[in-house]
Amino acid sequence: MPPAGPRRGGPRGPRPKIQKGTLPRLLKVLLKNYKFHLIFVLFCILVSSITTGSLGIFLKNVITTIMNKDYSGLISLVLLMAGLYVLSILADLTRSLVMAKVTQGFLHDMRVKMFSEMQDLPIKYFDTHNHGDIMSTYTNDVDALRQLVSSGMLTIVQTAISVIYVFSTMLYYSVWLTLVVVLFVVLLTFTVKKIGGNSAKFFVKQQKSLGATEGFVEEAMHGQKVIKVFTHEGKICEEFDKLNNEHRKNVEKANTFANILGPITNNLGHFLYVVLALAGTFLAVSNLPIWLKSLSFSGEAISIAIIIAFLPMGRNFTRNISQVSNQINAIFMGLAGAQRVFAIIDEKPEEDNGFITLVKAVKNESGEFTESLDNNGVWAWKRPNDDGTATFIELKGDVRFKNVDFGYNDTKVVLHDITLYAKPGQKVAFVGATGAGKTTITNLINRFYDIQEGEITYDGINISEIKKADLRRSLGIVLQDVSLFSGTVMDNIRYGRLDATDEECIEAAKRASAHEFITKLPNGYNTFIKGDGSNFSQGQCQLLSIARASIKNAPAMILDEATSSIDTRTELLVEKGTFELMKGRTVFVIAHRLSTVQNSDVIMVLDKGRIIERGNHEELIEEKGEYYKLYMGSLELE
Amino acid sequence: MIKRLLKCTKGYVKDTILTPIFMLGEVIFELLIPFFMSTYILSYLDEISKSGASPDFTYLLTCGGLLLLCACFSFSFGSLSAIFCAKATAGFGCNLRQKLFYKVQDFSFKNIDKFSTSSLVTRLTTDVTNVQHSFMMIIRTAVRAPLMLIFSLVFSISLYPEVGKIYFIVIPILAVGLGSIMLIAIPMFNRIFKKYDALNESVQENVKGMRVVKAYVREDYEKKKFERSSDDVRKSFVKAERVLAFNNPIMMFCIYAMILVIIFICGRAGIIDNDYKVVANLQTLISYSSSVLMSLMMLSMIFVMITMSYASAKRIDEVLTEEIDVVNPTNPIREVKNGDIDFENVYFSYNGDMDKCVLNNVNLHISSGETVGIIGGTGSSKSTLANLISRLYDATQGSVKVAGVDVKEYDMDTLRNEVAVVLQKNLLFSGTIAENIRWGDENASLEEVKRVCKLACADEFIESFENKYDTHIEQGGTNVSGGQKQRLCIARALLKKPKILILDDSTSAVDTKTDASIRHALKTEVPNTTKIIIAQRIASVIDADKIIVMNNGVISDIGTHEELLKTSTIYKEVYDTQFRPEEKGGEE
Repeated sequence: MPPAGPRRGGPRGPRPKIQKGTLPRLLKVLLKNYKFHLIFVLFCILVSSITTGSLGIFLKNVITTIMNKDYSGLISLVLLMAGLYVLSILADLTRSLVMAKVTQGFLHDMRVKMFSEMQDLPIKYFDTHNHGDIMSTYTNDVDALRQLVSSGMLTIVQTAISVIYVFSTMLYYSVWLTLVVVLFVVLLTFTVKKIGGNSAKFFVKQQKSLGATEGFVEEAMHGQKVIKVFTHEGKICEEFDKLNNEHRKNVEKANTFANILGPITNNLGHFLYVVLALAGTFLAVSNLPIWLKSLSFSGEAISIAIIIAFLPMGRNFTRNISQVSNQINAIFMGLAGAQRVFAIIDEKPEEDNGFITLVKAVKNESGEFTESLDNNGVWAWKRPNDDGTATFIELKGDVRFKNVDFGYNDTKVVLHDITLYAKPGQKVAFVGATGAGKTTITNLINRFYDIQEGEITYDGINISEIKKADLRRSLGIVLQDVSLFSGTVMDNIRYGRLDATDEECIEAAKRASAHEFITKLPNGYNTFIKGDGSNFSQGQCQLLSIARASIKNAPAMILDEATSSIDTRTELLVEKGTFELMKGRTVFVIAHRLSTVQNSDVIMVLDKGRIIERGNHEELIEEKGEYYKLYMGSLELE
Repeated sequence: MIKRLLKCTKGYVKDTILTPIFMLGEVIFELLIPFFMSTYILSYLDEISKSGASPDFTYLLTCGGLLLLCACFSFSFGSLSAIFCAKATAGFGCNLRQKLFYKVQDFSFKNIDKFSTSSLVTRLTTDVTNVQHSFMMIIRTAVRAPLMLIFSLVFSISLYPEVGKIYFIVIPILAVGLGSIMLIAIPMFNRIFKKYDALNESVQENVKGMRVVKAYVREDYEKKKFERSSDDVRKSFVKAERVLAFNNPIMMFCIYAMILVIIFICGRAGIIDNDYKVVANLQTLISYSSSVLMSLMMLSMIFVMITMSYASAKRIDEVLTEEIDVVNPTNPIREVKNGDIDFENVYFSYNGDMDKCVLNNVNLHISSGETVGIIGGTGSSKSTLANLISRLYDATQGSVKVAGVDVKEYDMDTLRNEVAVVLQKNLLFSGTIAENIRWGDENASLEEVKRVCKLACADEFIESFENKYDTHIEQGGTNVSGGQKQRLCIARALLKKPKILILDDSTSAVDTKTDASIRHALKTEVPNTTKIIIAQRIASVIDADKIIVMNNGVISDIGTHEELLKTSTIYKEVYDTQFRPEEKGGEE
């Protein structure tokens, strides 16, 4: 049991619904890898439960030997018990050691399985699922699983064994006293359920008001500067006090019930203790016929030895029962966690029916391409033929759309009848309002999404025939939302091409105008980027992202608002540096700023998913359409 | 630090003190039960079973009643303690959270920057919860455990002194055993949790950056990387848990040893010395022994809890003891006469280090009612310059004056009500549009709200919403577009009717045409307000009375658009990147 930090405690809430097959599936996964470990653990639990449950019998026999003045009998009893105890301690120790391995191994397996399945999911999954929820599966749900496997399931098994064992021992010695214990257990379960239910209700409330308070705090902290600028501190404090006080009341109520549960179960235990002793005594001295008052499976006459033996047995019995009720919430949460983990694992992976691959190639004298192992910078598409041979097509970066329709779901079409071509070496720009479908077009080129109608070709090949990985390898992309990864600046640039040398990375950074600010960092290229680049400005992140894409050196590039946070002067430098390299390559540019796209070979103006104007800057200005209006917007005042 | 935290029990001191006192009652009565049991009932039973005399039922019932009474007392005290504890804990948490929140409200921008928003959020949420939890543990369990320990010891010694002696051997063994396990395990777990957090962070990066992963075909690379880190976490966890695995066996060893020794000593006494009383005491002594050892176990767990929340307490204390650097003067001026602004030899550095100034020797005069544009590259300190006017930061050297008076002499609320700033990183709060706009003036009528929205060109889109001005804004304003958000923020600032209005890159997401109409509205509708416009786009400042060109923390040029085109190379360059020369020629 690791020292459970408070942050690891899941919220107590209403029990979630568990699907039927979850537990069997979980057990199956566990048994598959850890069958022998678990059988061994079961054996260990058996040993230690029986040892703990035997204290009563042991005491009874000790008292009998004392009464009989059997000193050697006492010694041998003590020795026997000592032996059993040593065995039990060893069983407990080995069980913990084995369970540490099983639990952590199992969690590792689940995490890795979940992560690798997640990597293969289509982008659509990430667009339609809350990222916080996905994260919560890795943290909270995996944690709930840990609780379930490491303690929940063991407790159930252990309790079952103990309860059966102690119950039969009790029956063996006295049916009547057993009845007393059972009555108490019923009473105990009833009270715990009643109070526990109340407590759970208030815990839900507490969780809710905590959420409200913390949500408010979060909003206030994020807006703290605005609050100050508007001298709104007093007002905010007032609102905060309201929420905070509400929360205090709920904490108080929830904890009152939870705290009171302790004294109640404890003292019910004491009641049982007293009642057992009294009942035993009255039974022993009563005038009932001997067979009746000693009703038991052993037929032994009721005696002080038996009464004393019942005291620890009664305690053992009630403790086990309340332990299960403590664990029940954790067990349900664990199962709910397992269910969500399985849901991610079961999610349908990205489909890929492509068969054309990208290979290194050489051009022979007759102008034909063949596969080669040398890294000479020439690449070709390899189309396998039925007879085992392959046809090679040169990789150039020629992208064409033919009457493409697309919608993120079946009901709403977001792109209508898009037809366009980008020849190698051309720069194609998309302009339009937010939601016009600019980013969507680029999502189709690299097949983050598949089109419903029409055809997209790359070097004349329908892109649905190209293996996704190879298609994406042939495209460099700088996305609107820069994502960097934990690691050094150098690592992040190298992400574009894993075998790039340090010099090549620095070269790429220079081209992207990122070199200057990187060298000013305390550790230069070895500066660690943490938390998705939170220690860099948005503009700096974009420069790094451009460097990362430029090192990939792909024949076609997509720049989606790649320079939106970079000032126009630096942008010009970036353009000069990077696009020097882009000569002869196809480039798609999306930008809000018209100055970014002005020098494109062709500009497409998009509106509500349709291309409404196309042409170069001069032509579009001449046309005096939407583009002209957009452009003039900034010149209007002259 | 402890003292400062304890102050948060204010209003709940009574509850905090009563909790352990009632706990004492609970523990004593609880432990009396087995004591009375063996001295009154079991020994009596033993006696009569040996003498064969018929039992005295009234005696037995009285004793039974006494025991049940003990249980009742224990229960009542326990419940009272539980109730007071809940009250004290809830109150403590509430006070602590409030104290922190109020403190942050007093923070200056510099204080906020120092802590960063996300760290402040953690301190006010997770850390407070942790400390609150520990507080409960301390007033409840941390009191209960030693009490149990002491009274169990006292009772067992008074029952049978011989047995008591053994504790002096067993307790140190257990204490050393548990202690050393904790000492080894805690640092191990602290290291692992860091690794574990890093692992989860990498998942988060992948979830967020999935497009990049897929675009670069790095799925397999990421899988391998993740498997390596996950395996590393697994190995470390197994190692640490192996250390912890010894916890329970050590505990069991001590309990079992105690049981056997008690049985042996008592049995021997019974057989050899004919001391039958021991038989009756046997079970009681055993149950005390487990109380003693369990309370030691509890103490060790509490120790772990407290060490873990100590870090939280420390982080909270950092906020509470943070020195606030921008404070009200003693005799503040409560009126801002006009919108004149003067900068006199102003230097500014975020950390006070004069070698790292981001503003160097700035001298500037802006007259009331003027429109001033500020242009400059990223990192040229445009925003910093503007932030000094409403005293969001204090100048490191030199003075900033509004209406001829140093900003440090004004009452801060007065100054900030007259100097409205639309921040670059602006946001809206959850609530309706009208509520958000009314941040500028709580008592403004709806007409007034509509008027400023019109000025900020926000009326059109607001009217297009189904609920118009009652449209609910989600937290962070996620349900309006960037441009709409900016316009709402401008309207909010206008409602203040300020003498100075600062727009810090506030129209970057607004299309150029709307941008122009906003500027036109400002010029005609609020002519007496000094307007400072910080922008990336030349078009946004082109018609200003005066344009300031900033470069690396110094004012490189000041002038009108036409003047700057001739005199400022930087301005000319920026202009050329935004308006291609050949086009410009064509238009004129």
